[in-house]
Amino acid sequence: MSTVLDISNKNVPGSDLPAKPEESVQYVNELTTLNLGPTHPATHGIFQNILQMDGEKIVSGEQTIGYIHRAFEKIAERRPFYQITTLTDRMNYCSSPINNFGWHMTVEKLLGVTVPKRAEYIRVIMMELARIADHLICNGILGVDTGAFTGFLYLFEERENIYEIYEEVCGARLTTNMGRIGGMERDLSAEAIRKIRAFIKRFPPIMREFEKLFNRNRIFMDRIVNVGGISAERALNYGFTGPNLRAAGVDYDVRVMNPYSSYQDFEFDIPVGQSGDTYDRFMVRNEEIWQSLRIIEQALENLPEGPYFADAPEYYLPPKKEVYRNMEALIYHFKIVMGEIDAPVGEVYHAVEGGNGELGFYLISDGGRAPYRLHFRRPSFIYYQAYPEMCVGTTLSDAIVIMSSLNVIAGELDA
Amino acid sequence: MTNEEVAKDLIRQFGEDVYDFDDPHGMLTLSTTREQIIPMLQYLKNHTIYQISFLTTLCGIHYPDDPNPEREFCVVYQLHSLVNNFRIRIKVFLSEADLHIPTATTVYMSANWMERETYDFFGIIFDGHPKLIRILNMEDMDYFPMRKQYPLEDPTREDKIDALFGR
Repeated sequence: MSTVLDISNKNVPGSDLPAKPEESVQYVNELTTLNLGPTHPATHGIFQNILQMDGEKIVSGEQTIGYIHRAFEKIAERRPFYQITTLTDRMNYCSSPINNFGWHMTVEKLLGVTVPKRAEYIRVIMMELARIADHLICNGILGVDTGAFTGFLYLFEERENIYEIYEEVCGARLTTNMGRIGGMERDLSAEAIRKIRAFIKRFPPIMREFEKLFNRNRIFMDRIVNVGGISAERALNYGFTGPNLRAAGVDYDVRVMNPYSSYQDFEFDIPVGQSGDTYDRFMVRNEEIWQSLRIIEQALENLPEGPYFADAPEYYLPPKKEVYRNMEALIYHFKIVMGEIDAPVGEVYHAVEGGNGELGFYLISDGGRAPYRLHFRRPSFIYYQAYPEMCVGTTLSDAIVIMSSLNVIAGELDA
Repeated sequence: MTNEEVAKDLIRQFGEDVYDFDDPHGMLTLSTTREQIIPMLQYLKNHTIYQISFLTTLCGIHYPDDPNPEREFCVVYQLHSLVNNFRIRIKVFLSEADLHIPTATTVYMSANWMERETYDFFGIIFDGHPKLIRILNMEDMDYFPMRKQYPLEDPTREDKIDALFGR
């Protein structure tokens, strides 16, 4: 199964990397208030930070969020289950398929639907592609924020290829609305498989080149080693999950601890860091990209034959051909589209490993067509709280790098 | 470490103050009083075997149709023991007349924004919270939008009657 892999190695012979910031910084001068955001280009989203600066050093920070709050939890209380998928798209829009499938799996858990293996494997492939796309953006932009644009452009070409695979699988690129409750809306086409195979062949050399450019780059390391570190204990107390928590040295991964969608079938490592600093976060994400590739290869290799959707006529739209010829199929089609189907009463929490960590769905159904209450556990909303603490004592340029490496996605933050 | 074991231990520890045990989809669910919630979080966190020391979510629920006015609002804490891979859900019911509950920020730093969000959506007041102001909505909003009495769509519109759409 899965093993833990320590990727943290900062010992470069002959280098004198910056020391950790001292425990208490002495401030003597008058403080300056600096308004970082809400539309600062380096914040990659709309959020404001009011920083108190003593010269170059940050003394304290305060975040204001909610600029793109769209009340998803309220909207969800009026929508039938299948219509909520499009809301989840817009949370972490860098890895929409993970959100889509996470929601579908939550509903399937409530309904007690078992999804066939083939659908689960297709989901795994798409989720891992989404994870790669998510991490590519985060690490690429971290390069941009430290002044290296090249890596970002290299990686974005590959992200484009991932989006083309999405397009082949579901027809959309960014807000994917991929899959259906009960499985996938269509089987993996030969063209999709060809594209995935082409991707896993073409991508590794580019990723290696990217790593060669950054991983041991002296300038890059000087900028990010020991910047924005957080201890494992603090990270857990702040509710960190995902790559940011693993960078602090805790090997918590939902895919391993509570396997869903057949993740127990695959062999992969959990990369962990040591000091939870920006460099560790960067390295953990890089390594996770490799592990995701491993999972995709295994899933493609062992892709089972069989149906790609479950027998859940009340939730899974019947094939269009059937709708025209078969009375029952027409009735179900109408009932699903109009949201006439009442869900069973129940209360369920389901978590998936999103691009940023544990993405949870807490669904309470009172037996109506829409959820009675739906709460999203959005990882970035929870760990972004720690941002001021991580910034104190660093400079403004470090604060930008820390935010970038935390991968705070505005859509997920504000829901 | 099973649901039953933890439930029995909590009954031993908190007696009458834990009730409504259930395990929907395998997750131990129970209710407690607002006086006991913080001691219970502390107890679970500091327990040498359980080590339930990760706050996964904290959110509110509104039940305006509950016949018992003491159960109109609910605050749900979902906790996780990363060591034992054990999840537990603790609920605290509140009445609209007295929407106060002690803050969990003394136990978990992560509760800070989750409590602010719950306040923002439902108006539940977390006593002792370091900065209990709205977080996602604007400061001058004068209602709590996730309460059930606020409809999502404009109720004056006649072309969107719920009856027509089965809502």
